[in-house]
Amino acid sequence: MFKIVRREEMSGGTVVLNEIEAPLIARKAKPGQFVIIKANETGERVPLTMADTDPVKGTITLIYMVVGKSTALFKTLKVGEGYQDIIGPLGKPTHLENVGTAVCVGGGTGIAVLHPITRGLKQAGNKVISIIGARSKNILILEDQMRAVSDELHVCTDDGSYGHHGFVTEVLKTVLDKNKVGLVVGIGPVPMMKFVSKITKDYGVKTLVSLNPIMIDGTGMCGGCRVTVGGKTQFACVDGPEFDGHLVDFDELTLRLQAYCEDEKECYNNFCTLKA
Amino acid sequence: MAEKPEKKEKTPRQPMPEQEPKARARNFEEVPYGYGPEAAVKEAERCLQCKNPACVDGCPVAVDIPGFINLIKQGEFARSISKIWEKNSLPAVCGRVCPQEMQCEGRCIIGKKGEPVAIGNLERFAADFARKSGECELPTLAQPTGKRVAVVGSGPAGLTVAGDLILKGHQVTIYEAFHKPGGVLVYGIPEFRLPKEIVFSEVAALENMGVKLELNQVIGRTITVEELFAEGFDAVFLGVGAGLPRFLNVPGENLIGIYSANEYLTRSNLMKAYRFPEYDTPIIKGRKVITLGAGNVAMDAARTALRLGAESSSIVYRRSREEVPARAAEVHHAEEEGVQFHFLTAPVKFLGNEKGRLTGMVGLKMALGEPDDSGRRRPVEIKGSEFEMECDLAIIAVGANANPLLTRSTEGLQLNKWGYIVADEATGKTSRKAVWAGGDIVTGSATVILAMGAGRKAADSIHDYLVRGW
Repeated sequence: MFKIVRREEMSGGTVVLNEIEAPLIARKAKPGQFVIIKANETGERVPLTMADTDPVKGTITLIYMVVGKSTALFKTLKVGEGYQDIIGPLGKPTHLENVGTAVCVGGGTGIAVLHPITRGLKQAGNKVISIIGARSKNILILEDQMRAVSDELHVCTDDGSYGHHGFVTEVLKTVLDKNKVGLVVGIGPVPMMKFVSKITKDYGVKTLVSLNPIMIDGTGMCGGCRVTVGGKTQFACVDGPEFDGHLVDFDELTLRLQAYCEDEKECYNNFCTLKA
Repeated sequence: MAEKPEKKEKTPRQPMPEQEPKARARNFEEVPYGYGPEAAVKEAERCLQCKNPACVDGCPVAVDIPGFINLIKQGEFARSISKIWEKNSLPAVCGRVCPQEMQCEGRCIIGKKGEPVAIGNLERFAADFARKSGECELPTLAQPTGKRVAVVGSGPAGLTVAGDLILKGHQVTIYEAFHKPGGVLVYGIPEFRLPKEIVFSEVAALENMGVKLELNQVIGRTITVEELFAEGFDAVFLGVGAGLPRFLNVPGENLIGIYSANEYLTRSNLMKAYRFPEYDTPIIKGRKVITLGAGNVAMDAARTALRLGAESSSIVYRRSREEVPARAAEVHHAEEEGVQFHFLTAPVKFLGNEKGRLTGMVGLKMALGEPDDSGRRRPVEIKGSEFEMECDLAIIAVGANANPLLTRSTEGLQLNKWGYIVADEATGKTSRKAVWAGGDIVTGSATVILAMGAGRKAADSIHDYLVRGW
């Protein structure tokens, strides 16, 4: 079992942080890589990109939003309990280099994945400008942590309850107008990554996005995570999870993420009925 | 019995009791029930106990076939399994999935005039008897050598290497990327052909002998081969399987409702999606299902689709019945259960709706032309013969490519142009000192028993290295 050593609820309980003992993975993992976790014998394998690792303590940190049966089940796990299986680190690490100025754009729980990459870009000597957003102030996560690793931090909320009233893409445009930017990293919901990539394409700025399609093994074996990048099929688990945002077919990805919508609802409802 | 040979020839081959095709096509229970003791003894009596048994030559791991059959004949069931274990650590598996008609049974002398001895069924009987009764003696281990061997992958090749080397006194640790051991035996071969409980019990037998099992460890990611040596392993065997599914590269292939056979079977077998929502992993069930390809994996997929409730399940294959690569028994079982075969048909493209879901496939009729490199007649397109087939689930079962995850992270491993590991055929030695390889990552997709044969050769060579040197 992989034991949970720290647990926090964020965003009013809709987002959960787990710091988990996984020394072999913690020793190896780099920003941008993911793990596959499975709670128990009947559980499904869920891919999650790591939010942090501590090789000295031998722990990894995962931050997930509760969206269905599996994540609802994860949420019931307390400190001292744990996951039956964790596999990783999987996928290619982010290529971290000094490009001068880098812009990190994060939305929702994507900010959790963006944080170690932002830190890595800062450590590589970049001037880092970060833009993070959420629907509303009370569900925004990791603001302080992002501020600590950024030279500039912009916050946006859809409802205007905090920071800029509107989407991260609007602030991104202003930032691109004012600065000579070498790289944009966009991680968040698929529509956000799609529009970030659309804007940066107009500006001709290289853009990385991190994809989280449905997968089983995470080692290239099932092909369930296939995404179209530049007209070619790629496997997010071994060729990614990061890709050139200008080449990703986001519309296809959006559809493929809906593959099990009905099943997931059934499974989630069963789980909620059992719990109640 | 040797004094009455004429009587043996008269006994017909004992039929294998099986579930009714109609009933079994809708459940995941195993198809054959297996022999009872009476039928097993009767079948064992048919064996001529040849002095120079051809069947043993036909077995990739050289099981003493007349030897274990003779023990069954005497009612010494527990001893018969010990006899098999001397050469084969996975008898319950092999008795079920080996292509015996091309191996041991294909060489059986009485098969020349009539039906060969049912060696596979007898092997299965001995293994099942031992498992169910618990009456069997584990083989004795040789004196400990103090040498340590890492086996990467717990499929048929890796399990064979582990079983052989633990007997020879070495310490063995198996590393498996999945959360369950067994490799293709667990994620690939369906429950109705090989119950998973059987695989786990064969693995448990290895653990009882002292083999260590490390799950959830992706060698090349979690730990590298370099690190295995640094940790003190003296030899490493790579048996990671082929593992990268091949797609058709036709338009529409990323529609929802198109799976690689690997994904479809892994969902159903390893993740138990056929028991959704009791198990959390979902699977697209499909009303009209098409499977592309005609190998054993394609038969497994098409038969699984029926069990998941499909109204129709069709195999679409671009060559003719003659070239079908699946075992005869698998094709026979599939046909009995109602799988339809569309030969000389190639996929052109897939059709979908506005939700990105599969609704049909455009196929093209083929004719057979001149023989190609494989010696099989090449399928040639018949111009203008396109036609549409309705389907809401399509499973691509046209083989696999080499998975580069491990090979890319390991220095000094020579690969061939397809990315498979180059290994000596007789020993399994790779271009890197103290590293062996075998199974599908060397040969490309093949059978369980061939992987076991490669494991056996590698184990002999590893043992030789550990006691004598590279």
